[in-house]
Amino acid sequence: MDFSSINPALLIASLMVSATPILLAAIGEAVVEKSGVLNLGVEGMMIVGAVVGFIVAVNTDTPLLGFVCAAIISGIFSIIFGILTQYLKSNQVATGLGLTLVGLGLSALLGRPYEGMKSPTLKALEIPFFSDIPVLGKMLFSHDLMIYFSIFLVTLVWWFLKYTHAGMVLRAVGENHDAAHALGYKVVRVRMLAIMFGGATSGLGGAYISLARVPQWTEGMTAGAGWIALAIVVFASWRPWRVLFGAYIFGGVTVLQLNLQAAGASIPVEYLSMSPYLITIVVLVIISSRGNQGAPASLGRPFHASS
Amino acid sequence: MISGGILFAALGENPFEAIRIIFWDPLFDPNFASYSRPQLLVKAGPLILIAIGLSFGFKAGVWNIGAEGQYILGAIFGASVALAFYPMESKFIFPLMIIAGALGGFLWGLIPALLKAKLNTNEILVSLMLVYVAESILASVSQGLLKNPDGYGFPGSRNLQNYESAANVEIIANSGMHWGVLFAFITVIFSYIVLTKHIQGFNIQLTGQAPRASKFAGVNPTANIVFCLGISGALAGLAGMFEVSGPSGQITIEFNSGYGFTAIIVAFLGRLHPIGIFLSGLLIALTYIGGELAQLMLGLPGASIQLFQGMLLFFLLATDLFANYKVKIGADN
Repeated sequence: MDFSSINPALLIASLMVSATPILLAAIGEAVVEKSGVLNLGVEGMMIVGAVVGFIVAVNTDTPLLGFVCAAIISGIFSIIFGILTQYLKSNQVATGLGLTLVGLGLSALLGRPYEGMKSPTLKALEIPFFSDIPVLGKMLFSHDLMIYFSIFLVTLVWWFLKYTHAGMVLRAVGENHDAAHALGYKVVRVRMLAIMFGGATSGLGGAYISLARVPQWTEGMTAGAGWIALAIVVFASWRPWRVLFGAYIFGGVTVLQLNLQAAGASIPVEYLSMSPYLITIVVLVIISSRGNQGAPASLGRPFHASS
Repeated sequence: MISGGILFAALGENPFEAIRIIFWDPLFDPNFASYSRPQLLVKAGPLILIAIGLSFGFKAGVWNIGAEGQYILGAIFGASVALAFYPMESKFIFPLMIIAGALGGFLWGLIPALLKAKLNTNEILVSLMLVYVAESILASVSQGLLKNPDGYGFPGSRNLQNYESAANVEIIANSGMHWGVLFAFITVIFSYIVLTKHIQGFNIQLTGQAPRASKFAGVNPTANIVFCLGISGALAGLAGMFEVSGPSGQITIEFNSGYGFTAIIVAFLGRLHPIGIFLSGLLIALTYIGGELAQLMLGLPGASIQLFQGMLLFFLLATDLFANYKVKIGADN
């Protein structure tokens, strides 16, 4: 086994690449769950974003437009979930699972003509001066736009939840929807907006997989990233900066096992490729054994205006 | 079904023809029915088995969505027993495989169950993560431990259909009625009795509808969770075992075909009721076979059937509103 082929600077750089899809999806889902809605359809929204982004990018040759369209279409896709759970009061768990199954089917259908094609990717954005710093420059300052955007989004969500009135309303709706309703806040409307935001960021995350991480389309290519994003929200105790931290830890594990595979580690490939999922389970166990602190009190509970 | 028609029309096919090919031809067209009718039972068997197991948990608010993984483990356990005895012939091998298959699924279901019961870990995420772990194990054993030594280096185990003592044969020739389907039917009846007549069934429904009340009523939550996840795991494992020893015949990397996920739709479509699940299992099996036929005849992509099944679920969830609430025309004062 040859560890010298693993370059730590490149490792960190690729860690950020592999963490970004999960980060984008998880930060959106954190907002959704903060508003008291459990949307298990993240995987479905991601894969729809992945396929839409890919199709648009291949046809227009502008990856950025692919990202924009992915966010819009996944946002619209998530409205199905919103209408079913918020207006028709369906079970959130079942509807979320349904959204994932429909998303997987829809994406396979749409993406079929595009199997095996290569998409245009985002160019790395070299930040002047900073990217010239040896080691650190390559590591942190020569990434594509979406990576910076994802970190910006985390900051934005943190600021929104903590310092704005709208963010406070959203948290109030998530903690106690009856009280929020009594105060005159539109519970359903707030939740619909949160669901659409979650859909849009999941779409971005999905598009990042198909446009940047592996610039091609294969059926079911998100491979559980949406579920891992859900796990990371729990891991992060619903706090934006911890979401970032969790996503990067997970990205690190993924990259490390891929690097170990490439370096020809003596551990069989199958065991390495199951390690991210096992680690997610272990993390969930550790977090839950301390008690689920910070879960929004109304999470997953249906809201009836009359009660 | 109407929206299905619109879907097929959007794909550039005659919607009426597509619907006919999917829902009518497999059963009644003389050219296809002889092949399709047995296939209906072959596909419905595992779906019903898994969905019945899931319905126990879903009723109690225990969300096992990792049936796919339990299905894989059941198949691996069952096939391992068979391959361990190969080439010995004995009538005890098949029953032993059944036990092993159920045990494999049961143990895999026990992991999220114990974590949920003891540490309150989210069973949805754990059971799903275990699907990916199971898929990795499947890839590993089909290339290593269980690989056919006479397989010229190709991944995949020996074909159990050629091994008489381990083969899951049709009970009635050309009917598709293999042991797994029979098991599925028995499970339907059994679960109906448990849910309506037995205290455990009552406990499950109580826990789902009023968790706090069930605690006061003396329902042991740990036992309840372990029961729900254990039984759904065991049934999914059984389904996997019957599949590997019957229709599929061998352990390969692509052995699992998403039954574990489709069974979620079946369970909800059947409204978590045993008889309903039996019927919805047949319906979804029909869409599978009809979908294959449509793929053959019209070139409809296979994924469109998956989408159609998902849409069925959405419509069902949407119509629940009208089942649970009374629609009032005009505002009430």
